[in-house]
Amino acid sequence: MMNQEEVRLMKGNEAIAHAAIRYGVDGYFGYPITPQSEVLETLEALMPWETTGMTVLQAESEVAAINMVYGGASMGKAVMTSSSSPGMSLKQEGISYIAAGQLPALIVNVMRGGPGLGTIQPSQADYFQAVKGGGHGDYHLIVLAPASVQDMADFVGLGFDLSFKYRTPAMILADGVIGQMMEKVVLPPEKPRRTAEQIIRQCPWAVTGKRGRKERNVSTTLEMEPRLMEKNNERLQRTYDEIAANEVRFEEYMTEDAEYLIVAFGCMSRICKKAIQNARAEGIKVGLLRPITLWPFPSKAIAEKAPAMKGILVAELNSGQMIEDVRLAVEGAAPVRHFGRNGGVVPNPGEIINALKNEFIK
Amino acid sequence: MTKEEIIAQGGSKVNSRPRLLLPATMHYCPGCSHGVVHKLVAEVIDELGMEDNAIGVAPVGCAVFAYNYIDIDWIEAAHGRAPAVATAAARLDPSAVVFTYQGDGDLAAIGTCESIHACNRGENITIIFINNGIYGMTGGQMAPTTLEGMKTATTPYGRRVDLNGYPLNITNLVKELDGTCYVTRESVHTPAAVRKCKAALRQAFINTREKRGTSFIEVVGTCNSGWKLSPEKANQWMEENMFAKYPPGEIKNTVKEKK
Repeated sequence: MMNQEEVRLMKGNEAIAHAAIRYGVDGYFGYPITPQSEVLETLEALMPWETTGMTVLQAESEVAAINMVYGGASMGKAVMTSSSSPGMSLKQEGISYIAAGQLPALIVNVMRGGPGLGTIQPSQADYFQAVKGGGHGDYHLIVLAPASVQDMADFVGLGFDLSFKYRTPAMILADGVIGQMMEKVVLPPEKPRRTAEQIIRQCPWAVTGKRGRKERNVSTTLEMEPRLMEKNNERLQRTYDEIAANEVRFEEYMTEDAEYLIVAFGCMSRICKKAIQNARAEGIKVGLLRPITLWPFPSKAIAEKAPAMKGILVAELNSGQMIEDVRLAVEGAAPVRHFGRNGGVVPNPGEIINALKNEFIK
Repeated sequence: MTKEEIIAQGGSKVNSRPRLLLPATMHYCPGCSHGVVHKLVAEVIDELGMEDNAIGVAPVGCAVFAYNYIDIDWIEAAHGRAPAVATAAARLDPSAVVFTYQGDGDLAAIGTCESIHACNRGENITIIFINNGIYGMTGGQMAPTTLEGMKTATTPYGRRVDLNGYPLNITNLVKELDGTCYVTRESVHTPAAVRKCKAALRQAFINTREKRGTSFIEVVGTCNSGWKLSPEKANQWMEENMFAKYPPGEIKNTVKEKK
């Protein structure tokens, strides 16, 4: 069955696990935390080490799990971890090392409300952490924001492909709604895991043991000479420029004749679509721009639309994070306002229409 | 006969730099134990024919640059996380022989969790633990293994157990874990000790190759700069003080027991 597409009904978290096996992931290292534990649970139940040979390990902490990912990524393996907000904070040190080491890896954050222990209910409050770096130093992740269970499945493959292409870690920034809700999903056909020879060919930098190689490979992020460390930084920034130029992804919905624009990602974009349908029934010409890549951000697309808009509403499950990137893109060409709910509260479409009216239409 | 006379006779070379020890100038202080242990690791890997599948995981601390000295593939881990990195390496490539090389701060303070759990899972790795009772690289601060009364940059009047707790004998803790197959404490301050330490390293790397569980080798070492003692006096101080708390000798060997 696994060698062909399969239509299933499942949770977003479960789709991540199924897609990982089918993509040919070499290793998953995780630690339980609500609302993403189904990723690890599903993998343990499916026992992929018996079929594809994929390693699955419940680590002693999120810190250990991300460092296992660092180890596997250093070997050129396709390795991943998943967690939720408090656990992602713990992983930031390791993510900084993976980015600094120019290593491919996939990190999944199924966000819950914070700060602190917060709540187990959905949130988008880790936007800053995901797109502005998160750990120490100047770095970026490729950040993909799924809005459906299908996206959860598809972004595993997309995330790894981009991550290996640019040697930059990728993140799936989901929220508790997308992780927990069940939808129809088309699972991709299974690909075999890469062989040792394929990995050496694809990743000549990989730490594999010398295997007859003359020069040793070393995966390190340390450079004591400032001028050389500056060069390392410049190399990273060149990669980020290349990613920003080539990998921006976004979705538009009813924007052709729009006088108002809503910018929203993840589960909020789904709620906003319903709000837009209802608003249009009232004669309000409003459309949606949904960033699929939160980094690189679709600044250009937003900038191009802004002058024609009477108002731009940024709707998020936080106190106003992505709005900063929208404002930077708009550069004052249109009024930009925020609508947010917090702490795990998910709004209904009516609240969004009211916010649009209160801010711009009166 | 003098050395010159032996050379004039065309005498045979009996020892030289190990093949896998790179001809780099080491950054270690004179009298430091790291250089000797590096040499032994390089010799053992070569003698066991593991050059092509050995993966070393370097720590943060004085041995952070271990990858500059031993000619094998290396991963430089974040502070304390070497056993987690090694766990992944060993599991993702069962044909690799994976070892960590860590100091006392890295292994027994910030990395205690990763160390204990890797040992408890019985990961097929070798852990080489250099215990000199002090943080060398950052300038001689207190380590978890710093002895009671020992002066460091952060215990300038000596370690007080009421303020700083007790010296941590983590090797004896690790012995209790079912995942470890071989636990020993060695030193490299005399020719006899060096030979014993090499035999222990050899045993550990064979255990790892044969997937017998975790091998844990503590090497009680000196830190001349941190201890502010000459190499000779540091060796003496180590024998009199460190060995009282951390006595050398084999602690656990399930491989031998099974034979």
